[in-house]
Amino acid sequence: MFSRVLIANRGEIALRVIRACRELGIQTVVVYSTADADAAYLKLADQAICIGSAAPKDSYLKMDRIIAAAEVADVQAIHPGYGFLSENSHFAEICRDCKIEFIGPSPEAMASVGDKVQCKRMARKARVPTVPGSEGEVDEEKDALKIAREIGYPVIVKAAAGGGGRGMRVAHNDVSLLGGLRQAQAEAENAFKNSAVYIEKFVELGRHVEVQIIADRHGNAVHLWERDCSMQRRHQKLVEESPSPLLKPKTREALCHSAVRLIKAANYTNAGTVEFLVDRDQNFYLLEVNARIQVEHPVTEAVTGIDLIKAQIRVAAGEKLPFSQADIKQLGHAIECRINAEDPARNFAPSPGVIEQLRLPGGPGVRLDTHVYQGYRIPPNYDSMVGKLIVHAATRADAIATMRRALSEFYVAPIKTTIPLLLQILDNPNFQSGEVDTGFIERVMLSK
Amino acid sequence: MRPTASTSPMDVNLLEQIVELMALHDLNTVDVRDGERRVILKRGAVSMSATAAPVAAAPIAHHQAQSSPSAEKSVALVDDEAGYHKIMSPMVGTFYAAPKPGEKPFVLVGGRVGPDTDVCIIEAMKTFNNIKAECSGTIARMLVQDGQPVEFGTVLFTVKP
Repeated sequence: MFSRVLIANRGEIALRVIRACRELGIQTVVVYSTADADAAYLKLADQAICIGSAAPKDSYLKMDRIIAAAEVADVQAIHPGYGFLSENSHFAEICRDCKIEFIGPSPEAMASVGDKVQCKRMARKARVPTVPGSEGEVDEEKDALKIAREIGYPVIVKAAAGGGGRGMRVAHNDVSLLGGLRQAQAEAENAFKNSAVYIEKFVELGRHVEVQIIADRHGNAVHLWERDCSMQRRHQKLVEESPSPLLKPKTREALCHSAVRLIKAANYTNAGTVEFLVDRDQNFYLLEVNARIQVEHPVTEAVTGIDLIKAQIRVAAGEKLPFSQADIKQLGHAIECRINAEDPARNFAPSPGVIEQLRLPGGPGVRLDTHVYQGYRIPPNYDSMVGKLIVHAATRADAIATMRRALSEFYVAPIKTTIPLLLQILDNPNFQSGEVDTGFIERVMLSK
Repeated sequence: MRPTASTSPMDVNLLEQIVELMALHDLNTVDVRDGERRVILKRGAVSMSATAAPVAAAPIAHHQAQSSPSAEKSVALVDDEAGYHKIMSPMVGTFYAAPKPGEKPFVLVGGRVGPDTDVCIIEAMKTFNNIKAECSGTIARMLVQDGQPVEFGTVLFTVKP
């Protein structure tokens, strides 16, 4: 087991990893930018090293400074968290070259699942259903039109190197397809320095259902069931839950098993998430693979009772997974709400600044993962998430009731948060019955 | 660490109140004069090293009690250094005062520097980076030791213009 780990991230996920290390008896070194210099969570690490100024490109994305910090502090491993360098295979390679364990998949596995076109090919070989679409990149207009007519409108043009919902265009006919093709290519070039796009059938009214997986370096790969993340705004998740409501048991089994098949085909190790789109007829299609631990991992931790960060660290240290597939049960129902410092009344404008008043929820079945506290200044340089509120109860109805109670106990001032919107979501009859899709929030709730 | 009344140039309670007000209002520097006495209080970057720089009077501990060596913030009394340049580390690595072990240091206290004068080496990942003064004047203090790990923003030298 490692004696010292460096955490190359910030905020709530840095705190999460520090907590796991402390319980494992591992010393922690956390890096920080000048914008985070006063954050209290730094004090919970054994050592904190300043690596640059506020902008991510000057600090949390500076691979050389992070590696230098790792060497100076003499760590054996680096946990990259999520975002930043967590899915940067070049960084994972540098760690390996410097004999520092990267707590995540190998650079090769990361690169192969991160390339959406290559990932689809692997999926087809592993008999994992994929959305009907182009076999690879599409550049010529005549090819785009041919594919669209084969698979049928509506279609979506997507960036091969993309993510975060960018470089995507939906088209309902030939004219909008040709325009969308060029627009998506331009956006992809701008955002990802790679204009390659591919075309897929656009599944309307689909649900986003993802499967948590973890694999060790001894050939064992398991799934930890699914999470439903259909409640999104602009492709950003607001609410996640497990189990996915309305998913039939047979679909669940097939979905989760196919995720494991794909992971094995990719020689993938450590934690990851396989994302699927599920249509109204319970057909599921691979969307993409996220080669990192995700924001919403506590939802899975709640229903399975398994600490995923500790499992990641153990796998990276060369241990076998301490559980088999048969050991992993889904008990009760868990829901997570992401609390963002954004003002829903002003079109979700970010609301940085000092948290002058803070009263936090508690009680049975409530877990809060946050790095903020009264007096904390939310820096404007990073994402706006200030915390994750997770509840776990016996049934979905109980979980919704507990979440409503917990959200109503949560008081933040003067900065604005998305708590009011989250309460509206919980009260929404479609959410309560489970009849939602990924476009629901924008189409039904925000357009009023 | 609390200075006694005889070693402090000013009323300790007043200074502690100022420190708390600085934290509350997120102030970086407060310059207090009382007749002939003058104190400058600065909330600075977190230092990786547990060894504090030598100061004219005993440093006042920050009001947060927790102290892990690198996260502790020291508010050092720097009576004489108002207006001095600070040469800060632009990177994470190990500080070396001389070009090679056993050789003379790049600079000594009292030595003159110009913008392009090499003042030290910071080594990271087996690469050795010469750090320039980027200011003019004479070296007032060296705040780090040869072989000491430094982080982004660590003050290496103060320079009297």
